[in-house]
Amino acid sequence: MPSIDTIIIGAGQAGLAMSRCLSDRSVPHVVIERGQVAHSWRTERWEGLRLLTPNWQSRLPGFAYRGPDPDGFMTMPQTIRYFEDYAGLSRVPVQEWTCVQSVTADAVGYRVQTDKGEWTCRNLVLATGACNIAHVPDCAAGVPDDIVQLTPQKYRAPGQLPKGGVLVVGASATGVQLASEIRAAGHEVTLAAGQHIRMPRHYRGRDIQWWMDRAGILDMTTAQVDDITRARNLPSLQLIGSAAQRFVDLNALQDAGVEITGRLATIRDGKAVFSGALANHCALSDLKMNRLLAEIDDWADAADMTGLPAPERFAPTRHATLPRLGLPLSEGRIRSIIWATGFRPDFSWLHMPVFDRKGRLAHDNGHVAPGLYVLGLPFLRHRNSALIDGVGRDAQALADHLVASRHRHAA
Amino acid sequence: MTYSDTTITAAVDNGVDTESLIGARTAFEQMPEAAQFTFRSTCDWVTGTQNRNTLNGYFGLGQEHTRKETFTIAADHPEVFHAADTAPTPPEIVLAALASCLTGGLAAVAQHRGIQLRSARAVVEGDVDVRGILGMDADIRNGFSAIRVSFEVDADASEDDIRALVAQSQKRSAVFDMLTNPTNVTVSVA
Repeated sequence: MPSIDTIIIGAGQAGLAMSRCLSDRSVPHVVIERGQVAHSWRTERWEGLRLLTPNWQSRLPGFAYRGPDPDGFMTMPQTIRYFEDYAGLSRVPVQEWTCVQSVTADAVGYRVQTDKGEWTCRNLVLATGACNIAHVPDCAAGVPDDIVQLTPQKYRAPGQLPKGGVLVVGASATGVQLASEIRAAGHEVTLAAGQHIRMPRHYRGRDIQWWMDRAGILDMTTAQVDDITRARNLPSLQLIGSAAQRFVDLNALQDAGVEITGRLATIRDGKAVFSGALANHCALSDLKMNRLLAEIDDWADAADMTGLPAPERFAPTRHATLPRLGLPLSEGRIRSIIWATGFRPDFSWLHMPVFDRKGRLAHDNGHVAPGLYVLGLPFLRHRNSALIDGVGRDAQALADHLVASRHRHAA
Repeated sequence: MTYSDTTITAAVDNGVDTESLIGARTAFEQMPEAAQFTFRSTCDWVTGTQNRNTLNGYFGLGQEHTRKETFTIAADHPEVFHAADTAPTPPEIVLAALASCLTGGLAAVAQHRGIQLRSARAVVEGDVDVRGILGMDADIRNGFSAIRVSFEVDADASEDDIRALVAQSQKRSAVFDMLTNPTNVTVSVA
C-alpha cells in the first residue's frame, strides 16, 4: 500500500494551486484525479460558457495570464488549456483516471481507497470543488414524463432541447445565462426567479470584478462577516463573460422576450406553482446591487481616482404587476425544464464524522480535522475563495499550516 | 460586499429585545427540536356568519404553554352580504395578520440594524371578485387576486435603508410566506 506525506484529491484550480504550494515547500504529495486535469471544466460545462472573471483575474500561485487580452473572458477550451499549462509548469504529480471511493481516518492519518488501490497519507486536502452535484428540488418528481429535464452539467447548447417552450428554474449566474442563450435560439422561455443579485458587468469604465478586487471587497475574511452561513449561501451575481453584455438581469431578459415568474414553489397536479414574492425578490436584488455600487463609489472617492465617469444608478427591476402564479406542464407549451437551482459539493466518499446537521462539511477556514483540509468552497476563508483568483491565497495559508504542523509531528 | 446587517447601536430602542432573539437563535442551533412550535385557535359558531376564535395555548420549546390572558378574534360579514356586521370578515383578518406580521418584523429588523423608528404604518388592500365565493364562475378564485401593502415609515435612516427594512421584513415574515407560497391544509371532522 503506497504511503505519502500528503494527498490532494482533485486536479482543478484548487488541487493544482495546492500542489504548487506544497512543491514550493518541498512537501511530497500526489494529486488524485478522477479524470484529467480540469475534469469538471471539460465535462460539466455548456459550450457557450466563458469565465465570469476577466483573464487577468485568474492569478494562481506562480502563474498568471500573460496573453494579449487581459480584459477578455476565457472560453472553456481556453480555460482547460490554462490549467494544463499551469499543471505542466508546476510539474504537478497527478495520478489521472483514479476515482476515490472512500476516505477514512487511521491512527496516523488517512486511508484513501481508490479504484486503482489504497493509499495512506498523513495529510489530506479535499480539492474536489463546490459544484459536483447539480441540485434539483424534490418537486421535480411531479414533472410529467414527456418533458425533458436537464441540469446545467448536462446542458450543452440550445440545439439539444426539443422545439417549444423552456422553463428555466433559478436566476443566479447560470439560470440567467441559459435563459438568455436559449431565448436567443428562438425558444419561448419562462424564468422562475427567487433570490438573485443583479450586477452590471462594467461600472464607471471598469469591469465590476476590477472594482471588487481593488476596493478589497473580495478580500473580506470570514471573521469580517457576522453571518458566515448566509455569506456562504448568497446567490452568484447575474453576470456573463462578455463585455458587450452589460446586463444579463431580469430587465435584459424581459427585453429579449423572456417571461419572469416568482420562485418555483412546487409542482402540483402537473402544474408549476410559483411564489407571489417576485416583487420583493426584485427589490432585494436592486438594493444589494445599489449597496455594492455605493461601496465602490465611496472607495473611488477615497482613493481620489481622477477621470472616472460619474456614478450611475440603474432603473429598478421591472416585473409584471401580477406575475403568473401557475403554469400547466401537461398542455404542451413547456417541452423542457432546466434546473439551474444551485450546486452542492459531493463528499459522500468521506467516511468521517465531519458533517454538520444539514450534511454540509464542517470546517473552520478550511481546517476540517488535524491534517485534513478543504479548498475551493464558497467563502472558505475569503469572499473570493471559490474564484480561480481566490483559491491560491487559501492554498498558501493551508500549505503553511500543513508544513508547520508537520514539524510539530517530527518533534 | 457588505450585505451583513449593521451592528446594534446603544441609543436605538424600538421596544424589541434583539439580544434575546439572537440568544434564541444560538439556542435553536444547538437544539433544533426546541424550535418546533404549534399554534392553534379554537373557533365557535355564534349565529349566521358570526363566530369567535379563542386563542391561548401553544406548543413550543418542547412543552405546552398557557398565556396569562385568553385572546378572542371575532369574525362576521358586512351588511351588503346580508349579515350583522358585528366584526371584520375573515379575509380582512388575513390582511390584518399580514400587516401586523410585516410591521412587527420591521421593528425587529430596524432594532437589529440600529435604526430608530419614529412611526410606521402599513396600509393593506386585497382585491377579491366575490363571484368566486358565490360559485358563479369556476375561473374566478375565492381568495384575493392581489394584495398590496403600502408602508409609511419615519425613521433615522436613508430612503434605501428604509426600503431594505421593508424588504427584509417580507423576507422573514411568516404570513407573507403563507400568502405567497402554497401551504398544505388538512380539514377533518372529529
